[in-house]
Formats: sequence, structure tokens, C-alpha cells
Amino acid sequence: MLIINCPICGPRPEIEFRYGGEAHVARPAGTETLDDQTVADRLYMRTNPKGLHFERWRHAHGCGKYFNAVRDTVSDFFVTTYKAGEPKPDVAALLKDQAR
Amino acid sequence: MSAPFRLPAGGRIDRSKPLSFSFDGKSYPGFAGDTLASALIASGVHLMGRSFKYHRPRGFLTAGPDEPNALVGVGASDDRYTPNLRAPVVELHDGLVAESQNRWPSLSFDVGAINDVLLGRFIPAGFYYKTFMWPKSFWKSVYEPKIRAAAGLGRPPKDPDSARYTQVYHHTDILVIGTGPAGLAAALAAAKSGLRVLVCDEQPEFGGSLLHDLSSSIDGKTPAQFVADAVADLARQPNVTLLTRTTAFGYTPHNMIGLIERVTDHIAHADPKLPRERMWHVRAGEVVLATGAIERPLVFPENDRPGVMLADAARAYANRWAAKPGSRAVVATADDGAYRAALDLKAAGVEIALIADMRANPTGALVAQARAAGIRVETGSVVTGTRGRLRVKTAHVARLDANGNAGAPEPFACDLVLMSGGWTPTVHLFSQSRGKLRWDEALGAYVPGTSAERERSAGGCRGVYDLQAVLADGTAAGEDAVRAAKGMPGPSRGFMVTGSPATSGGYLGAVPHDRNPATVKAFVDFQNDVTAKDLKLATREGMRSIEHVKRYTTTGMATDQGKTSNMNALGIVSDSLKTPIPQIGLTTFRMPYTPVTFGAFAGASRGDLFDPVRRTPAHDWAVAEGATFEPVGQWKRAWWFPKAGEDMHAAVDREVKAIRTSVGLFDASTLGKIEVVGPDAAKFMELMYTNAWAKLGVGRCRYGVMLREDGFVMDDGVIGRIADDRFHVTTTTGGAPRVLAHMEDYLQTEFPHLDVWLTSITEQWAVIAVQGPKAREVIAPLVDGVDLSTAAFPHMSVRECKVCGVPARLFRVSFTGELGFEINVPADYGRAVWEAVHASGKPFGITPYGTEAMHVARAEKGYIIVGQETDGTATPDDVGLGWAIGKTKPDFVGKRALARPSMANADRKQLVGLLTKDPKTTLEEGAQIVADAHVEMPARMIGHVTSSYQSPTLGRSIAMAMVKGGRARIGSSLFVPMPDGVIEATVVEPIFYDKEGARLDA
Amino acid sequence: MLDVPTRRITAFADRSFASPADKAVRIAEASPAARFVVRGRAAVPQTAAVALGFPLATDVCRAALGGERVALWLGPDEWLVIAPEHEAESLGAALASALAGVPHALVDVSHRNVGLTVSGPKASYILNHGCPLDLSLAAFPVGMCTRTILAKAEVVLWRTAEDAFRLECWRSFGPYVADFLEEARTEFK
Repeated sequence: MLIINCPICGPRPEIEFRYGGEAHVARPAGTETLDDQTVADRLYMRTNPKGLHFERWRHAHGCGKYFNAVRDTVSDFFVTTYKAGEPKPDVAALLKDQAR
Repeated sequence: MSAPFRLPAGGRIDRSKPLSFSFDGKSYPGFAGDTLASALIASGVHLMGRSFKYHRPRGFLTAGPDEPNALVGVGASDDRYTPNLRAPVVELHDGLVAESQNRWPSLSFDVGAINDVLLGRFIPAGFYYKTFMWPKSFWKSVYEPKIRAAAGLGRPPKDPDSARYTQVYHHTDILVIGTGPAGLAAALAAAKSGLRVLVCDEQPEFGGSLLHDLSSSIDGKTPAQFVADAVADLARQPNVTLLTRTTAFGYTPHNMIGLIERVTDHIAHADPKLPRERMWHVRAGEVVLATGAIERPLVFPENDRPGVMLADAARAYANRWAAKPGSRAVVATADDGAYRAALDLKAAGVEIALIADMRANPTGALVAQARAAGIRVETGSVVTGTRGRLRVKTAHVARLDANGNAGAPEPFACDLVLMSGGWTPTVHLFSQSRGKLRWDEALGAYVPGTSAERERSAGGCRGVYDLQAVLADGTAAGEDAVRAAKGMPGPSRGFMVTGSPATSGGYLGAVPHDRNPATVKAFVDFQNDVTAKDLKLATREGMRSIEHVKRYTTTGMATDQGKTSNMNALGIVSDSLKTPIPQIGLTTFRMPYTPVTFGAFAGASRGDLFDPVRRTPAHDWAVAEGATFEPVGQWKRAWWFPKAGEDMHAAVDREVKAIRTSVGLFDASTLGKIEVVGPDAAKFMELMYTNAWAKLGVGRCRYGVMLREDGFVMDDGVIGRIADDRFHVTTTTGGAPRVLAHMEDYLQTEFPHLDVWLTSITEQWAVIAVQGPKAREVIAPLVDGVDLSTAAFPHMSVRECKVCGVPARLFRVSFTGELGFEINVPADYGRAVWEAVHASGKPFGITPYGTEAMHVARAEKGYIIVGQETDGTATPDDVGLGWAIGKTKPDFVGKRALARPSMANADRKQLVGLLTKDPKTTLEEGAQIVADAHVEMPARMIGHVTSSYQSPTLGRSIAMAMVKGGRARIGSSLFVPMPDGVIEATVVEPIFYDKEGARLDA
Repeated sequence: MLDVPTRRITAFADRSFASPADKAVRIAEASPAARFVVRGRAAVPQTAAVALGFPLATDVCRAALGGERVALWLGPDEWLVIAPEHEAESLGAALASALAGVPHALVDVSHRNVGLTVSGPKASYILNHGCPLDLSLAAFPVGMCTRTILAKAEVVLWRTAEDAFRLECWRSFGPYVADFLEEARTEFK
């Protein structure tokens, strides 16, 4: 069972968390005009990378907050977590950190 | 009773506590401290089982958990029976009942042994794949059952397990796994830091190999005394937890280690309050792996005969359990360690016929000691075969020539053959932790390389074997763990070791022999009956990767996971392919290290504790009324309330009629409820539901439809506006957590600027639905301060008031199509108010009804149930809820997706009603619908039945269905092919009763 | 008017918690209580003090106490206030009026939850049969509170003393939680 670092509560066991899909996917809505292909992409297309993956998690059985995380889909380990609304961390810097 | 092979003195058994046990129905003596294996060996019993495939007689190969042969079933009754236990780790207790496995009719005469004599040459590697290919249907019905019957392990117990099992989470700063010299030294070093230290060992006592070491001396003490002092030292320290009989079976991410503690198996009459096994989920800051090493067999022909065992195992039986494994031994070795075994066994009174050492010129101190002790040592010599039916009688020893070929053998009479091909570090846990192994050419072994977790290995499990070095390595590992855990290691301690000469040697692969390679069997994997020949065949047939060889031959795939066999298999494959071992790879080490019972994995999660059972405040009332219950998620809901002699149909019929003609009483407490509160509550509701909310008046309700972002219906429910800034939202019973999470998601991540907050109130309120023309009269006497007239309190209204004197939220809503109220009262008052409503309804014949009648009544009215009519691919329009979409709203979740072209296809499945030609025929829910009466295969399905009932109100069957272009088909006939014929039905509007809704205001 | 219920019938109404295991770990029903969920932004904790007598805790996973009232931090914008049963109406009204000026949500959940106390030398050991958190005093000190997991139920766990915890869960999970703890302490009976 992984330990996940909730940006609010700190490190907690994985069993308290729920996965929430890929992060930084824009809502296909609002007042903007979107063509159908863009809407379909936002609804259904995900990056599914081998390596670093930006994803949403919720500390469902803790503080209840959604947050974002970078997880390595090869090792399954989390690289970092950050609060919802905060900008995407710099991947290059994360990779360098990881190599260290 | 006396045990003829029990040594007169010595060993760690307690001779003051004699025990009696039975094996295959025969009684044997033993002592406290014995294992099943040591006690049987002391009685001269070596025939323990029949092998998996060839039914060859087998005895003890090892003295530990790596045992592949001596598998037994243990337990006097089937509720306490465990198959496939390894006899060397079954602790003896008085009255223990054990039996051998995989033999018929008896262990010494086994019909299946024909597999060995006659069929053996026809069961090569890959036999199953090659032979049972055709016809395909025969695999399940003919081949597999036969193979399973002939080749197998123990039998499953027939009765439910009566023992208790528990699981517990445990956190520690440092976990030390294994308490041989390395683990003990690590534990001693770690304990001084004051950090929390957990020390576990799979054996009943700490000490590992030190427990059968009679020749070394540590700090001037015997190994036994050293262990006793160390354990006493550790036990005194409050920061140290010691667990014996505890196997670390799995290493999962972030240093979460699964331990299994066998609490009562060694006790004759265990306290039933104690768990049989306790599974520890240990989260460790730092881990020290001190799991030791496993001795390797030598792969020579007929190396599997009872009486052929690993050298150090024989030494352990004699030294630790005072059980003499034989009278005259031939020792076959490629490693110095066997010399120590020979010396110790000689001291215990075993005659050593000779030591046949593969090596041309072994030079270790132990070799010299053996020679000095008068033991005949033949170098450059190998065993090329053994004889004896149920026990070895002769070993054939041959000399290797300069090219390494075996010459003509000389027979040696013996009842014991000891073998040692050197040692394999036990890297299972390290490998499970996803650490990378490194091939050490000098050691001829894989050892821990790069770590993936916060752990370090010490001693034998990383190829350090010399006792002095092992103790130092353990100390260093313990101190390293302390530093890594940010603790302060105490002053470092050294150990003074004498009498423990360094050893060297080792061999991987098959031993040369002069026999016919087509007929002899030299076993590599004893448990799965895989021979050197099988592995060579696999490489001849083109297997290159060890993973392929493993699956083709099944080597290493038995429950022992190849503990004694994997490295020899690698050696043979390497030799056949002329490829160095590291290039062949290594198979994955999987959890568990040794088998774990299902009971331990289940823990307390069985019976009533398997899953939470949620009950409403009025549950016990319904039980007393004789209700039948159905599970809805974790909830138990009253399904129907049968009166004496009524079946389900009769009860539901009566309940629905009561709703339509008088009044029914229904427990709706399980409905999900969310209180949406804050200045921006209405704004938020506008975004979460398709409907318009801004203008909904305080005290009014609306039926809301919730979509996912992809435009498909996710949930629905009646929502009441309690105040300008407060909505009381109801959800489906099953959808409650999902809806709340969905709302939180959008609120937190898409609309965080809104001042609104969500609170689950599902369980705050007991919900008592009173439905039917008499509903108003029933509740009127109980309600305080609300004018219940339609004018003052119309359909789809809500009032905060008092009911039976307690604060209530009274809804005027209906899911039956009749005049209806839902009384929400605080849950702890639910039972009392329920009874008051029931009493008040007595004069009207108030009828409690269950979920089935609720379903029928709503279907008569064509009300959908999300999850029954919808399946996650239905738009609001598909299910006739197009009217609920606020067309002028700028945004709501799912709005843009609804505008995608495919969402408006005329060919989408749409909700319709179906009336069967024969009103008595009730369609099956889930049945497929076709357009043509003459069904030709493959039929084109155009829809499916979603709800179907006999309607008491209409006196005929009714059904709802999702049908392609369904609304355009109204008035036409469709067909439902069933096994006993095609059923014709007419497509109608999906509303069967009171289309105008007049009864809501009755 | 028909019968007015005068007494709350909780999910533990028919249950006796007395056990020979009490010496190792005692399990008891907490008295029926008034409970409120308070949610809102940064101004809320201090504003609520007017009604509560003390501000809501702003430290992560900490309880704020005053008299017989406690406010448990459950999230950065979420608190569970627990008070004696008789304060259900008065405290609710006081909180509503104190918070009237700031955006907030105040919801009565008095009957949503049930409370248990788990105390004694083996309290954390027994809780750890279902709770995956480190319950050592260093990692989970007195005054710490959090939502977490107990076996297959969600609970709120609050350490009230070195060897005592209060546990809150939704009403219908109460019997499961109590049964689970009861099973876990079997070995001390």
C-alpha cells in the first residue's frame, strides 16, 4: 500500500485516497465555442503515458480535498503532489530530481 | 514407545515433555520442541509422500520452509484441517494428526507410481501442451479432471474453518526480518537507538542457524548461549517487539511488509479466543533483511530417494532436534559446508561412508578437519545414482576424469545421502521490494544490488557466510538502519568468533554421470517433478528465456517457488545454451514467500463482518412485521411484507392496491441526501443539474436530473429549497456517495470561487413515505404548524415543521403517482415517529410496503429508476426527460456534450412502454428485443427490456424498454425471442396509469 | 397529537458493551450529542468563537476544546462540532447568528453520527485492527483528529487521552464498527 502525500494532511496510506483520472484536462464547456472534435477529445482522449503522469486524487477518507499528483506509471511511485489550482510542476526538473 | 533414532542427549527438545502424535493413522512419540519432521526422523520414518507427477516415494529434503517433498495434511477434524503443510515447519503438539498426500491406496503402495515406471518417459516437459491439444472441448471435461486426480497436492477441507483469524496494522521505525546471526546482530544494534524495532522470525525460537551450531563460539559463549543472552537483552527493551513463528511473506511498496504470525497451531488445546493466525501489515521506516541462505541440492540421478537430504538439514536434525537421520551416510558435495555436517553427524554416531567432493582439490580448514577425524574423502568424485525402493540403500560414487566425465561407479551401502551444492542467498523479499539483483560471479549467486525501498540486506541473504563476517554485517546493517531512520546508533559492538572456519565452494547445474540420459531422472525441482532432462529438452525445443523454460517445464512453479531448484535450473539452461547465467535472466520472485492460509487473508472479514450491513431506524420494526429484505448496496431494505400464506406476488399485489385505494407506508430512509448550503447554493445547483433552480421558490421542490460531463444521466432525485441559501437534495440510494463526490469534485476543482458547501445528511434523517389517497388524513394529526391542503401545500413542496413534536422536514412528493408525503425526522426519532404514523393510519388500513411494490407503483406511472432504465449511455431525452433540461441556461455539467451530433440520432435507444399480446405474460428484464417475428440468426437486437411487472392496478403485465428509435415505433409490434418461443408486444407510451396526474392532488 | 418521542434511540440502543476484555480495552457508547458540520472560508473559525467560546481549530487534524464542546478539524474548510445533547437547539441558533455575516454552511448532523469511546492500554492496538494509521503518541498525539478508515467503514478518530479515543461514524455503520472492534478484542476476553 503506497503512502500518498496529501498536500493538506501530509503522508497517509493509499487506502484513504481515491483516484480521479488524468489532471489538467479542461472541461468541454463554458461559454467558449468548441468544435465537436475538441469536445470529444476532452471527454474521451487521455495521454496514458509510460512514465510521468499528471493525475487527480482525492483524500476521500481524510480531508476530502482533491489534489493533483505526478506519478511514474513505470514504478507506480508518486513523484510529487500539489494542491488543485496550482500550476503543473516542471517535468524536466522533476525528472532531474528523480535521477538524483 | 521409543524412538530408535532419537539421540540419547542433546538437542533443543524438552525431554521432560513427551508427546504423542499420529501420521497416517499410526501413533509416534515426540517431545516438545520437535517438528513433525524431526519426530518422524527420530522414529526412523523417512517415507513422507509421493511426488507430484511420477508418484515417486519421497522423504525429507530439508529441515525448513524450503521443503518441496514432505507435504502433509494436518488437523484432526475438517474444520481445522490444513493441507500442503511442510513437515519440517509443523511444530509438534500432543495429539497432532497428520497424513500424507497424493497417494492411493497407501503411501508405501501407490497405484499412481505407474506414472514413474511405465509412463515416465512419455511425460516429458511440455507434455500437457503437446498431448491434450485436441479436441479443445476435452480439456475441461476429460483431460483436466484426470490430470488433477492423478497429480496433485492435498485435499481441501470439507468444513468451514472454525478458527479465528485477525489482521492488524503496525508501524515501526525498523523492522528486522530473520534472527540468525545477522538478524540478531542487527536487532541488537538497532535496539540501542531507542527507536521502535520489530524483530520477526518464522521459527518458534530466535537464532536461525546458530540453533544447530555446536562448534562455534561467540564472545566465549556457545551459539545457543549467545542467542539466549541476545534475546533476553532485546526482550528487556521496551522499544523492541519480538515476534516468533512469524513469516514475512510479502514486501509491498513503501516498506509495507506482510507478516503472518502462527499463534496457536503449536498448541494442543488452544484458547479459542486467540486467533489461529494474525496477519501483521507492518509499515516500517527502515528494513533489515536477514533472511539467510538456502542450501542447494546436487542434481545427480535418483537424487530424490527418501534418505537423500541436504547436508545442513541432516546436521540440523541431529544437532537441534537430537534426531539421527540415518546410520550410514554417503556425503556428496561441492562445498565445504557438507564437511561440517559430516563431522557433526559423525559425532552424533552416524557412520560416514565417505565424502565424495566434486572438486579436484578442496582446501578448506573443514576438509582438513574431516580428514583428521578419519573420514574418507574422495575428491573429484560424484554420486551417479542411488538404489533402494522406499529408502536409499546404496549410493554409486564415480570419479571424474580430467574432462569432467564420470567413470565407472562403485556402490556404497548407506541409508542416508547428504548433498550440498553450496548456498543460495534468500533474496525473495528483496526482489519483491523491486530491488535489482546483481549476479556475483565469484559467489555464483544473485545478491541484492540496487534497492528500490528503504532496506538493506545482511549476512547470508547477500552472500556473506562466514560467522564473524555475518555478525559484523548484521551490526553494520542495524546501525545503517538507525542512521537512515534519523536515530542515534549506540556504541558499535564487535563479536569475537572462534571455531567457525570459513567455507567456500558451490555448484550450479547437473552433475556429470555415466548413465543413459534418456532414462535416468536427476531432479531439479522436486515438488513439480522437473528433471535435468526436462530442462535440456526445453532448450532443445527452442526456449531461450528462463521465463519460457519455467512455464514450459513448470520448474520453480510449485508452492515452494523453486527455493531449492531455481539456481540449478539456471545452471542447466546456461550450460545447454552455452550462455552465461546473467544473460538468461531470473524469474520473478512473487509473494507469498511461503503459502499463506485463506483464513489469514480474510481475517475478520467473514460472516456478519464480511461487509457493513446498513439498517434504517425502522429496520427492526420491519423485521418484527415479518418483512422480507433485499440488499441494496450495503443497505438492507424491506422488500415486501408477506401476511400469513402470501407469496411475493400476492403480497406485492395487496401492497400496491393499498397505495392506490387507501394508504401505504414506506421506509425511504436509504435515499441519499445532501444539504447544499451557502450564498451561491442556487448558482451551484444550476451547474450540477440540468434544471433551472434560481427561480425555485423557498418551500418548493423540483425533480432534478444530474448528468456526467459526457451528457449521460448519472442520477436524479427530488430537491427541495429550504431557504434561499439552502437546498435539501435527494439522490438514489446507490448513488449517494457517487453524487456527493461528483459535486465535491466540481465545487473544488471547477467552481472553487462559489461560496457553497456540501454536507451528507443521508443518515441525519429517517424518511417515512406515506402514499395514497388517505395519506393526508393519516399524517394530519401528527403534523404541527402546516396547512396540509393542496392550496397551501401543493404537490412538490417542502415545509420545516414539527411531526410528533420533533423537528421535521415534510415533503409533499410522490413516487407512486398518488397523493404522497415524505416525513423526514432526525434518525434517532425515526422508529417512534414511524410507529406513530402506523398507529395513525390504522383506521385507514395503512399498509407497510416494500421496495417491490414501490417499483411496481412507479413503473405503472412510468417513472424511471436511474441504473435500471439507464445504463450510463442514456441522455435525458432518451429516457423522456428532455423537458428537464433548462434550455436557456448558459452552462451545466454535460450541456456541451448533449450538443454533440451523435446525441441527437433518431436511432438512439429511447424509453418506451411494452404491452405483451397476452396480458398474463411478463417479460424478462434484460430480454433482448427484435423487430421481426421470424428471428433469423444472427438476430439484430434493437433494444432490451428494462423493467417488467404484473401490474395489480391494470390487471395485466407492463414493461418498460429501451428501443432504437422507440418513440417512432409507438403503436407497432416488436418481438422478444425467449428459449420457449417469441413473445409479441405492442409499443406504447411509457406511462400506464393516470396519464394526467390527477391522482397526485386527490 | 400522538406520542412524542422523548428519548433518542441510537444505533446502539440494544447493545451492551460491558465485556471481560474491558481491562485491556473498554468500548462504550458516547452519550447522544448535538453535532454540527460547519464549513466555510478563513473567516469562519474565529467568527464561530462567539458562539462556541473558542475558535475552530485551524491546525491540520487537530481538535479545539472548550468545556463540554469540541470542534474537530476534518478538512481545511470543514469542522465537526460536538456538544452536549441539550445544546442542540441553543448552540445551533447561536452558531447561525454568529456566522450570519460570513459565507458559511451550518448543518445539523446530530443524528447522522454515532459516537464510541475506545480506551485502555490496548486501545490503539485494537483500533489498528482496522485503522491503517500510525497510532503511536508521536504520530497521533492527544488532540489529533482525522477522518480515516476502520476496516470497511469511514470513521472520524480523535485521541482524547494517551490511551483513549473517540470514534464517530455514520449511524448505520455503527453496528458494523462496534462488531468489528468487539471481534478484535476477543483475545482479551
